[in-house]
Amino acid sequence: MYSRTYKAGVTIPPLLWVTAFLLVPYAILFCYSFWSVSSLQVVVHNWNLQNYAQLFRNPLYLTVLLRSIRIAGAVTLLALLLGYPLAYYLSFHAAKRKDLLYQLVIIPLWASYLVRGYAWKTILGSDGVLNGFLQYLHITHRPVEFFLYSPFAVILTLTHIYTPFTFLPIYASLEHVPRNLVEASHDLGASPFSTFLRVILPLSLPGILAGATFAFVLTLGDFLAPLLVGGPSGIMISNIVVSLFGAAYNWPLGAAISFFMLLLVVTLLSITERIEKRFTIS
Amino acid sequence: MNAVLSSTRVEHSTAEPLLSIQKVEKRFAKRAVLCGISLDVASGEFLTILGESGSGKTTLLRLIAGFEQLDAGEIWMGRERLDEIPAYRRQVNTVFQSYAIFPHLSVFENVAYGLKAKNAPRNEIPERVTQALAMVKMSEFTQSAPSRLSGGQQQRVALARALVNRPRVLLLDEPLSALDANLRRQMQIELKSLQREVGITFIFVTHDQEEAMALSDRIALLRSGRLEQVAEPREIYGHPRTAYVAQFIGQTNLLRAEVHDGVATAGAIAWPSAGPSGPALFSLRPEAIRLASAAPANPTGATANFHGHIRNQTFGGAMDLLEIDCGNSQAIRARVSSPGTLSGQQKFEFNAADAVRVQEGSET
Repeated sequence: MYSRTYKAGVTIPPLLWVTAFLLVPYAILFCYSFWSVSSLQVVVHNWNLQNYAQLFRNPLYLTVLLRSIRIAGAVTLLALLLGYPLAYYLSFHAAKRKDLLYQLVIIPLWASYLVRGYAWKTILGSDGVLNGFLQYLHITHRPVEFFLYSPFAVILTLTHIYTPFTFLPIYASLEHVPRNLVEASHDLGASPFSTFLRVILPLSLPGILAGATFAFVLTLGDFLAPLLVGGPSGIMISNIVVSLFGAAYNWPLGAAISFFMLLLVVTLLSITERIEKRFTIS
Repeated sequence: MNAVLSSTRVEHSTAEPLLSIQKVEKRFAKRAVLCGISLDVASGEFLTILGESGSGKTTLLRLIAGFEQLDAGEIWMGRERLDEIPAYRRQVNTVFQSYAIFPHLSVFENVAYGLKAKNAPRNEIPERVTQALAMVKMSEFTQSAPSRLSGGQQQRVALARALVNRPRVLLLDEPLSALDANLRRQMQIELKSLQREVGITFIFVTHDQEEAMALSDRIALLRSGRLEQVAEPREIYGHPRTAYVAQFIGQTNLLRAEVHDGVATAGAIAWPSAGPSGPALFSLRPEAIRLASAAPANPTGATANFHGHIRNQTFGGAMDLLEIDCGNSQAIRARVSSPGTLSGQQKFEFNAADAVRVQEGSET
């Protein structure tokens, strides 16, 4: 069909791009992860597995890694709990309000991530909107410090930021549930609740998985929210990578952690993709 | 005439109707889809709701199933007010036009769905599902995924899935329209014998008048949200009430005639007619017309004959279709058993009783 020049013209530029900006940097990073830093703060090319060993031996890294996974899990759960009912309502019951509500869900995505992060800082801080409101109502007498600079603040901020990402694939999958299947279920004597459990939920599972994967993976790699609202107790694994490449000047260890995270995410993606395929019905 | 009608009506109402649709109205936005439909369905009957697309036939079915709420009127099943209970509590099952087989469940699970939903005894379920699948000749596909089935096979699963619940009424929404012609005919025959076998009341929606005549005990012809005529296939074919019915069911010649002193005259054709004098519309089926030469010497009842020019002859195997020009504004169509090639002026005749007086039909 297409000429050889056309095929080359459309495949070579993206291939070059991917090679130059993805494959080569990853290869370099991969090499770095097996090197080490000398006492003179110079990277020396003596190949070893020390960096990977340290990731599991150093309790600091392990703690932060586990915390990151916990935070990612919490954000995923909250984003699903918020996103699914919203998507369900929009898809099945919103009728005329559908387009408007859909836009309202999407609009926050137009605002910069940083702006949304700072907004939460303003809301949760000791002089923030939330504390001011609570004191005005005489519910608290002193600012509650716990709101800001805590894992709680990170979870809240990231849930706010990533819920639309969870909502979108769920909404898409619900829109694809044939309505006559819902009618068929009622027709066969299943109540609306039973219909939801036995028809709608299973058929929207691919969307749930896609949404959950978005929320989990994006949260796991996030470093801005912990930086803005996390404080020392809200540090996540990406913050450690950032500092290892920056102030700590330990690129080899940073590279090892990065690679471990990459492996984690790729494994997760391949698992969810496989499950998604099993539940996607042509 | 009236006495005859009322006596048949008494006969029908000796058994209380299973389903009674009373003055049902339905609007979508501001468009009236059904305007005052009243219809009784007897137990064990095969009733077809026939109509063009947009006539409201599917809406009527969806009202009975409970997928739509009616704006006025009532639907009763026995002593129970059907339209006030939700779809999932009605003892009615539907075979959908698009089958609506659950894609994430196996054939077995699809058929078992209704039994599980209604909490049928667990140990009964496998046996009933197996029976239902055997009934529609799908036993070998019990564990298949629906995506591996052809349209005809999915149709059978849909039928088994509905019948396994032993509904009091089975609703079928153009279930055969997606099948190819051969499979369709085969399924028609199977469907009819299945209905006799299980004895469940079938309400069948179709736009295909041949299908309706082949399958039904009675046909309810719907036109723009109103019932045009409800009758047995032979009755509705032989005695269409309106011009619309005559034209929709089979082919016909509509003759605009003037009745005077017991004689109807339409252009060059005249025949005895007992009805009241004045302008009238008659339906004359093409197969009621025959070549005068081929007619028996002493036909029973009054006959009429006319001369006409053969304008066109279409070979149709056993029967040929003739277009006859007899001086009227429109050609008369006749279906005669293969006469060989005809041309020129011919003499035709028909029994006067076959020219059926029909109403113009409301244009609303």
